[in-house]
Amino acid sequence: MLDTRDIAASTEAISSDRPSSRFQLFKKYEHTILAAAGIITFIAIWELLPALGLVQPLFTSSPSRILIAAQWLAANGLWNDIWISLTEFSIGFSLAVLVGVPLGVLLGWYRRWHAVFDPFITMLYTTPRVALLPLLILWLGIGLGSKIAVVFLGAIFPILMNVTAGMRTIDETLLQCARSFGAKDRQIFTTLALPSSVPFTLSGLRIGVGRALVGVVVGEMVASTGGIGHMMSVAGSTFQTDKVFVGIFLIAGFGYGITSLLNRLERRFDSWRPRGA
Amino acid sequence: MRRLECFAVAKLETRNVSVEYLMSRTQQRVPALRGVSLCVEAGEFVAIVGPTGCGKSTLLNVIAGLLRPDTGSIRLDGVPIAGPGRDRAMVFQSAALFPWRTVLGNVAYGLELQGVGRAEACSQAREFINLVGLAGFEESFPRELSGGMQQRANLARALAVRPELLLLDEPLAALDAQTREYMQNELQRIWMQTRHSAVLVTHQIREAVYLADRVAVMSERPGQIKAVIPIDLPRPRSILSTQNPQFQALEAQIWNLLQLESLSVAASSRVG
Repeated sequence: MLDTRDIAASTEAISSDRPSSRFQLFKKYEHTILAAAGIITFIAIWELLPALGLVQPLFTSSPSRILIAAQWLAANGLWNDIWISLTEFSIGFSLAVLVGVPLGVLLGWYRRWHAVFDPFITMLYTTPRVALLPLLILWLGIGLGSKIAVVFLGAIFPILMNVTAGMRTIDETLLQCARSFGAKDRQIFTTLALPSSVPFTLSGLRIGVGRALVGVVVGEMVASTGGIGHMMSVAGSTFQTDKVFVGIFLIAGFGYGITSLLNRLERRFDSWRPRGA
Repeated sequence: MRRLECFAVAKLETRNVSVEYLMSRTQQRVPALRGVSLCVEAGEFVAIVGPTGCGKSTLLNVIAGLLRPDTGSIRLDGVPIAGPGRDRAMVFQSAALFPWRTVLGNVAYGLELQGVGRAEACSQAREFINLVGLAGFEESFPRELSGGMQQRANLARALAVRPELLLLDEPLAALDAQTREYMQNELQRIWMQTRHSAVLVTHQIREAVYLADRVAVMSERPGQIKAVIPIDLPRPRSILSTQNPQFQALEAQIWNLLQLESLSVAASSRVG
């Protein structure tokens, strides 16, 4: 008797004391909790609908089927496909950064070079890069080369154009300040133009990642002998929906990871942005 | 209208400076400054007041060398100026600090441009950071500082290049009233320690009288110097000096000059 009364008293003490702090805990993680709840509900419905016979698993698959497919794939060449896609992505994207950033700096700084290159850049930028795939395959074959090229072409333009814009949007008062201290053009370039283009460059990289992933997947779907896109294409045409979903999740996860990393980096450099830009 | 003319060799001598702006929309030339002559003696603090848009800041930009005048000449120590130079330093209204540099990096900026080595620039910068009362904030970034502290850094950056002439373009205008009064006092303290020749552009008549040795009153656009009022009040001036009848008489005198100005403009626009 005594024990239960003690317990009751203590729970009372907790309930009179804790709710506010528990509520605060909820408030603190509200976003995360709601997001997790949303995902869990979605997965549950997705699993339930085919199980209840309401939809055809051939079309919708289901989380458990996808997991099984992923396990099977992991034992049957998935790592090789990941490796191929990752190679294409990293080589193509790195080349885009190595060419795009310096070229963007150059075009942002020298107006005449910008005038020369602008028509080409605008034209290539507005053309969907995958439209060039037949040409690239013709020139480079169906191996790594054509995929690296399409990734490169996809990523370079957002990078190039953002860096150029960044070099050209210099805070007017900072420019006046630098000039009043007698800064020469070279010094304005290094102490003002380059640092203020950093946040723009990061935006360019973030957009470039998305474009590069499109290049990887479409390139492999059109013509290749391996890679995630190739695996998905084969699975899709043989009605193996589960495997297609494995590919979708791999690409979505990879893209999400890199983009949120760049997002975080971008926010850190937010204060570097010129005012009003 | 006394002392419009300069002594033998003044620190700064602007003579008959005129500036016109080209309005890009209408292709009209709008006069901003007309025949401005103003002298600043060595170690003298001159304030410029005038109605909004009278070209005060334009005049400062011309002196800084950021803007080329259409007529007239500007001499510093008797030498005509050509473009911005290391002998002048500007304190801007918006602190204009580099967001990617710490306070130390910002203050050392002018020195770095002059090719002073990093270590030497930093040690000199520290000296001026201490002077403006920012010791302990060397490694802070501008976004971490209050408006008043940003202006201290802005001032330290200008002082660090040891300019012959300090140009202050409404440096306190963006601050709240209380911080502004405090910073006026600080500005006086710092100036009394360094004794730079200085030109201050301000909207506040009281600020001008409080800080300056002479106050130049400008007319409406196109800006001309209407009068130069000597302020012979003892230093250091304090909040008490602002209640001194002599201070208030000077304030009223400048007020009247500016008010006459706006009345005459109103009258002429009615006639026109």
